[in-house]
Amino acid sequence: MSIILSIIYLIATVTFIVGLKKLGHPDTAKSGNLIAAGGMGLAIVGTIFVHDLEVPTLIYVLIGVAILVGSIIGGLIAVKVEMTKMPELVSLFNGFGGASAALIGIVEFGNADIKAASASIVSTILSAIIIGAITFSGSLIAWGKLNGSVKSVIKIPQYNIVNNLFIIAIVALGAYVVVGNIDSQILLYLLLVGGLVYGILFVLPIGGADMPVVISLLNSLTGIAAAITGVLYNNMVMLVGGILVGSAGIILTVAMCKAMNRTLASVIFGSFTASGSVEGVNKTLGSIKSTTASDSAIMMNYASNVIIVPGYGLAVAQAQHVIHELEELLTDKGVNVKYAIHPVAGRMPGHMNVLLAESNVEYNMLVEMDDINPQFNNADVVLVVGANDVVNPAAHNDPSSPIYGMPILDVENAKHIIVNKRSMKAGYAGIENELFYNSKTAMLFGDAKATLTDLVAELKNM
Amino acid sequence: MNELIEFISNNLQIIYIVILSIFVGVEIIKSIPAVLHTPLMSGANALSGVVIVGAILVMLHSNPTDYVALVLGFIAVVLGVLNVVGGFAVTNRMLDMFKKKK
Repeated sequence: MSIILSIIYLIATVTFIVGLKKLGHPDTAKSGNLIAAGGMGLAIVGTIFVHDLEVPTLIYVLIGVAILVGSIIGGLIAVKVEMTKMPELVSLFNGFGGASAALIGIVEFGNADIKAASASIVSTILSAIIIGAITFSGSLIAWGKLNGSVKSVIKIPQYNIVNNLFIIAIVALGAYVVVGNIDSQILLYLLLVGGLVYGILFVLPIGGADMPVVISLLNSLTGIAAAITGVLYNNMVMLVGGILVGSAGIILTVAMCKAMNRTLASVIFGSFTASGSVEGVNKTLGSIKSTTASDSAIMMNYASNVIIVPGYGLAVAQAQHVIHELEELLTDKGVNVKYAIHPVAGRMPGHMNVLLAESNVEYNMLVEMDDINPQFNNADVVLVVGANDVVNPAAHNDPSSPIYGMPILDVENAKHIIVNKRSMKAGYAGIENELFYNSKTAMLFGDAKATLTDLVAELKNM
Repeated sequence: MNELIEFISNNLQIIYIVILSIFVGVEIIKSIPAVLHTPLMSGANALSGVVIVGAILVMLHSNPTDYVALVLGFIAVVLGVLNVVGGFAVTNRMLDMFKKKK
């Protein structure tokens, strides 16, 4: 490899590290992203042009066409897609990266002299194929689940055991190929299909609200696949870039789990088994009180402090613009309005911030959980829009609850609570929420967007 | 045992790089405000598209008559570019929204 290319890779690697670091601070995030993108562009251009191989023009043309096609499609998707669809988009792009790694592995298996190759080379090729295949099919399932096209959450008995046996079988088959230096296309494709099937089996039983964690984990796996391919070519930018994404992804995954007070193992293997107890419990909780848009509007109009708690339901109903309108109206009327952002509100940590920022909500109106919790005591009205488990007091006072110990927003300390929800259906955790039966709580049933639009109309008439 | 020692001594440099990179990755992500988790994940996702470098290498090294390798390499480059361009563009779009209102 030429020294110029090595220097280019070195620069690119540094931009990745600096870029990731800058992405971690609100003020520098944008430049961080651009720096990393620039480094990536440099690495790509360098790889294509800086080498001493004799490459026919046809190949250059093909590479150019491939890059053009990928850039146009990728750019268009990225610009067109709605902000609420962000998580599934990340998942989809991630799956493409995994597929790319698997394809590289397949080609290299064909190129390498497997019978004579060392065990480390063969195992590197096979792991790129298997990990790439798992991230590809897993990401596609995650994508399908988030956009609603894959609905089933299959749960057969001993599902985890079957799953684990399956991955063990794949690894054993891979080891057999490595140890025996077996140059067999059939076994290669068997491993590829095995990886694809495992990716599906792995993601399919995981519930909707845990999807972000899974996507983050798959993202990290793609990084590892890229690093493995880097080992194959002794290519430093792929190696370091891949490992960075791999380790950063794991940390991010763990941070997301922590915010939900769950362990990674319980996300992957599933621990919410309380769904059976939903019926019957509500009898002991008393009755609920429902309210109307006009009553709610009056209540907020004469309040001095209002806290809005946006949740998953707001994102699904795409009500981020209406809620901003409501908040502006209230502010104009002299009401002090704030948003309380639970770390896992929305579909991903930080997702709610992105959504609300899209509708031009001021950054300093979004208050994170630890800062807002002491302020609920002074709130006259709390408006909960499409959030459920993150405001469930059972997390504080019911040790038998599956969400016991999860950090929540202490909305019950407010003077009045208005909960907008489509129905009394339980949230993701499948448990009752005693907050709805609290004497201070009034339920405002309806789709978030429609209900908020009504509220805005009522407020305008006052 | 001998094979393990041989493996380690042959790949010492790579092992060093991997271990140090793991620590760098962990340290730079450690204290990120939850607000930035989604953009960060998206940015990291774009970086994992570095696999495209491998896809380009496959194409550069392939024999123009080896159609299977060419087709697979071509698809690998397209998918890799999708990951890179889409990833960075989406991250940029997300971060655009964090601009404070004047």
